[in-house]
Amino acid sequence: MENNLINIFFVPEVSLAILAIACLMYGLFSKNNSFDKATNFATLSLFFLSFLVYFDFTTNFALFENFFSNTTFTKFFKILTLLGAAASLIISKNYFIDTKINRFEIPTLLLFSTLGMMLMISSKNLMMMYLAIELQSLSLYVVASIKRNSLESAESGVKYFILGALSSGILLYGFSLVYGFTGQTNFDGIYTSLSHLDKLPIGLVFGLVFILVGLAFKVSAVPFHMWTPDVYEGAPTSITAFFAIVPKLAAIALIFRFCLEPFNNFYFEWTQVIFFLSLASMFLGAVAAIAQKSIKRLLAYSSIGHVGYVLIALVAASDQGVRSASIYMFIYIIMNISVFAILLSLKKSDKYVEKIDELSGLSKTNPVVSVSLAIIMLSMAGIPPFIGFFGKFYVFIAAIESQQYILAVLGVLASVISAFYYLRIIKGMYFDEVIEGESFDFTINNQAKVILLILLFIITFFIFYPSLLVDIVSGISLI
Amino acid sequence: MIYLEHYLFLAAIIFTIGVLGIFLNKKNVIIILMSIELILLSVNINLISFSVFLNDISGQIFAMLTLTVAAAEAAIGLAILVVFYRNLGSIEVSKINKLKG
Repeated sequence: MENNLINIFFVPEVSLAILAIACLMYGLFSKNNSFDKATNFATLSLFFLSFLVYFDFTTNFALFENFFSNTTFTKFFKILTLLGAAASLIISKNYFIDTKINRFEIPTLLLFSTLGMMLMISSKNLMMMYLAIELQSLSLYVVASIKRNSLESAESGVKYFILGALSSGILLYGFSLVYGFTGQTNFDGIYTSLSHLDKLPIGLVFGLVFILVGLAFKVSAVPFHMWTPDVYEGAPTSITAFFAIVPKLAAIALIFRFCLEPFNNFYFEWTQVIFFLSLASMFLGAVAAIAQKSIKRLLAYSSIGHVGYVLIALVAASDQGVRSASIYMFIYIIMNISVFAILLSLKKSDKYVEKIDELSGLSKTNPVVSVSLAIIMLSMAGIPPFIGFFGKFYVFIAAIESQQYILAVLGVLASVISAFYYLRIIKGMYFDEVIEGESFDFTINNQAKVILLILLFIITFFIFYPSLLVDIVSGISLI
Repeated sequence: MIYLEHYLFLAAIIFTIGVLGIFLNKKNVIIILMSIELILLSVNINLISFSVFLNDISGQIFAMLTLTVAAAEAAIGLAILVVFYRNLGSIEVSKINKLKG
């Protein structure tokens, strides 16, 4: 393609940056409260950008050739990120207005963090990777503490900031070591300068471990998960929805690309770390969630567990692994969007439901809502015929094909343990005693209702046509 | 004569002080912010010394970018801390304990 200056606006990242700045400007200069319009604008631009990514007018735009990778893998994850961000904005709009945190800064900051995530997904250079990670996490620190008059929100912001900054520091130290011992910052350069070695020098081992620790913080894998439950609980539920749905995608994509591109030849070095992270995340996610009372904390531990399952696919380190991880993340965000769409519209006595025992009696007053929530919970537990089963199924298949039998078996065990707390929510809705005089109120706006219905349809009837997703994913590879 | 190892050793010491400062500190959140700055600056020492000894400019560019991000990070950290202080009236580390499961 010839390098027309106009073409630069069709690079999705560039046009997202422009749209985010436009959203900021609009919010600043409009007289009345502009939250409503800014959110609609942000949602529409996210949908527009996913088309832009899909049609991909600018393959290998010369200016950024050494910084961006543009492959089917990055395209898939970028589209998921953009659609997930748009969906989380739509489902949380009512909640923002209802709890009076309707400031235009929220959609603006979320757009900027989405920009950071898109850059993370396709970064091909250590500098680029660092700047992208910082762009997304700096925006997220602010939105975590956006409810300024609430101590919980401020505290979750402080915790997220401290641990996030520490993790970026550790990551950066690893980058400096990798740069120093290879003399390269490009993924390709690192790969070629390592290709004649048959053993990693000690400095590079340190660098690799530091970087993996930093990335494990970002995907919230055990033992670097401490911030996740606190941040999920303290932040306003709509922000928690965003945290659960979108940043995970980008961080998972990044950890896959980092392990499988520059360090592909040193499989045994990083597999040991990832193996442990995966195992610990699955089991801690399953066991620690049992004692939780808050739904948001429970979902935090559930997301830690899900990260553990995806990391199994990374240990498998094959094309099959990459594909199964893509399937898993697709299914993960579908389930999370739908569970948060319900949580963000369900009130009991004029308060949003946040505790598990507050769900008691939901089946009597709102049978449709409770059936939907039950379906989602069964799907998250990985019980067939729902969609969650297929995510785990493909991951375990990939693990078995790469002879990772231990991980596959222990993964199934962890998944059985985690079924307990998902079923506990269902038990709460159907069998717990009802406290008299309290009534549920389910108000959901039309767009969110459409999204919820579509996702529930996919979750329930995916079993009849699983080859659809497999066909989409079968074209995905890292290169 | 000062070799590359000396710089790396210095950076490693500063990095360790920064990490320990975050975990051992029981009094004040401001000290945590200072420790984070220490970590980022130790990385800068690393990057610049590598850049000089490898005769390669990209390390210095990286250090510039890191400095910029460190400034932004400190600004955002202080802003979040102000929000926290307004709610609690204190910034003691031991009082950051409302969220627990």
